[in-house]
Amino acid sequence: MYDRWLFDPANRRQLTYILPVKIHEYQAKAVLARFGVPVPRSEVTFSADNVADIARKLGGNISVVKAQIHAGGRGKGGGVKVAKSPEEAQQFAKSILGMTLVTHQTGPAGKKVGRLLIEEGLQIDRELYVSIVIDRASASPVIIASAAGGMDIEEVAASHPEKILRETVQRGTGLLPFESRKLAFGMGLDGAAAGKFAKVLASLYEAFMATDASMIEINPLVLTKEGNLLALDAKVSFDDSALYRHPELKELRDESEEDPLEVEASKFSLNYIRLDGNIGCMVNGAGLAMATMDIIKLAGGEPANFLDVGGGANAEQIRNAFKILMSDANVEAVLINIFGGILRCDVLAQGVIAAVKDLGVLVPIVIRMEGTNVEEGKRLLQESGLNFATADSMGEAASKVVALAAAPKGTK
Amino acid sequence: MAVLLDRNTRLVVQGLTGREGTFHAKAAAAYGTTVVGGVTPGKGGTTHEGWPIFNSVHDAVRETGANASVLFVPPPAAADAIMEATDAGIPLAVCITEGIPTVDMLKVWTFMEGKKTRLVGPNCPGVITAGQAKAGIIPGHICKEGRIGIVSKSGTLTYEAIHQLSKQGMGQTTCIGIGGDPLIGTNFIDALKLFAGDPDTEAVIMIGEIGGTAEQEAAAYIKSEFKKPVVGFIAGQTAPPGRRMGHAGAIIAGGQGTAAEKMEALTKAGVRVAKSPADMGAAMKEVLGR
Repeated sequence: MYDRWLFDPANRRQLTYILPVKIHEYQAKAVLARFGVPVPRSEVTFSADNVADIARKLGGNISVVKAQIHAGGRGKGGGVKVAKSPEEAQQFAKSILGMTLVTHQTGPAGKKVGRLLIEEGLQIDRELYVSIVIDRASASPVIIASAAGGMDIEEVAASHPEKILRETVQRGTGLLPFESRKLAFGMGLDGAAAGKFAKVLASLYEAFMATDASMIEINPLVLTKEGNLLALDAKVSFDDSALYRHPELKELRDESEEDPLEVEASKFSLNYIRLDGNIGCMVNGAGLAMATMDIIKLAGGEPANFLDVGGGANAEQIRNAFKILMSDANVEAVLINIFGGILRCDVLAQGVIAAVKDLGVLVPIVIRMEGTNVEEGKRLLQESGLNFATADSMGEAASKVVALAAAPKGTK
Repeated sequence: MAVLLDRNTRLVVQGLTGREGTFHAKAAAAYGTTVVGGVTPGKGGTTHEGWPIFNSVHDAVRETGANASVLFVPPPAAADAIMEATDAGIPLAVCITEGIPTVDMLKVWTFMEGKKTRLVGPNCPGVITAGQAKAGIIPGHICKEGRIGIVSKSGTLTYEAIHQLSKQGMGQTTCIGIGGDPLIGTNFIDALKLFAGDPDTEAVIMIGEIGGTAEQEAAAYIKSEFKKPVVGFIAGQTAPPGRRMGHAGAIIAGGQGTAAEKMEALTKAGVRVAKSPADMGAAMKEVLGR
């Protein structure tokens, strides 16, 4: 990934590169092909049995077997293999399908391979890099290109920053041919290849705008010995705020690539991210939720999650949030930190009391709430007969919950 | 004096007839804001909760003399509504709507270039001038009139800061929620410039988040030009890299755009950075020597 260099202080620029809706390589290629981006001939399969047939159908002896997971670094992890015969392709497929692939982007647990892309082999002359993202500072799309494709672009940016080319697209005009040519000649392409590059880039740009992409990255974009340009790999992610107008893209989501609790939370419009600690957090607002995680750590504890129930949460939403929170077996204590503006504290208290009773929550709960109807909320908690600890400030709440989580089991 | 909003504000609510619009229009009026009416295309000529409804922002401006707009318009129509407010020449448009597609915001940027409208947001809690007027969802009752300005990417963390200040006897001039989206109308530097020109604002709390470099750029501005005391806080000091934390802008990747980097830049610029979110009020007290 190229994220680090984008934030290189030398760059002094910031780009949106949020990747909330990720899709597989084969899906990305299918989307891009619709806009005229040339891609190698290929077929996706969920089974290893028919891989030799697929390889034969693609023609030629050489084929490539590629694991389809939502992470980069697949080649280094053993998830991409070049086969010299259809039979070898079949063997590779058998070994890769079902394996747990660990790369620098998957985390130590890795990802299980459930889909394979079988692709024709190409005679590669040069490997280039090209991507499109939105630059925050200029609020414009920016094209990043490099002659040093096929490598970790972060490393290229760190060791050879001069090899990274940027072109900011004017919002009013969109991508112009001369901008593409500037990049092409900057990468040392000859006239014929530059013309092809301009065409590919125009298609990529059109795809970016038409699909509401948040990032398109082609690494590598290959120039073959026959002089053709093709996207050999493709990463595309979409702006989740725009998915409502792309029902066809919504279907590309592969939930098996996501944390099951996070998938469940998303069904209730809860913003939940699972972490490694033992203190469950329920907070309203993303900034306050992050700040709550911070103060737990400052108090010597470890948050088990990030959970933003949103500004307008009601009792039902609080219950849903509790359910998600308590599905994480690592949670040994819960901190609820709510600043009630729209969400009234008495409504919150009712929701918490009902959820704790219904779900039979046994771990200790510390509640800090502030804002509208706070006195009434506190009274409800006290009269519930349930064992809540309350706190008047974030600092007090954090030290209380950390002490409770650290207490040996049975004493809580 | 304060900034952006005051007693002379005449607020029109785009999306007033919706649930959120109605609720917050009433809250704004209850706080003392002069709410002059609403805009809901197709409902022009009707009234809602006693307010006249107009088909367009142009009509509302002509009929009511509105000089500020707050938008509670659903995401698919919100970008269009911002551009309409701009076209009508409204000096201030505050967009609360969360989830406007980035491509739509690119259009908004192009449209607004060279025009006189200032956009705050989108995806923000809005603006409140203590004791005078509010446009958005910041609860009025936690505010107290005073001399501290607040600018923040985060909603509820803004409330937290207001609460801490009020509790310790320090009131506010204007609190500006700029929003956590990657593409926003008013950024930290814009807000700081407003506070620089406001004699009533004595000091500023600035609340940032991980992701992007807006805080570092603000730090550079503070160092070179901003003369008033600033207390800062950065949320997400312990956020794991590569994960989005609610706000589209709130993500760190590959060890850049981190809280540590932002806190260092602010500290070097002379900002008193509170490590704990519980200490924002106390830090301000200390800075003011009270």
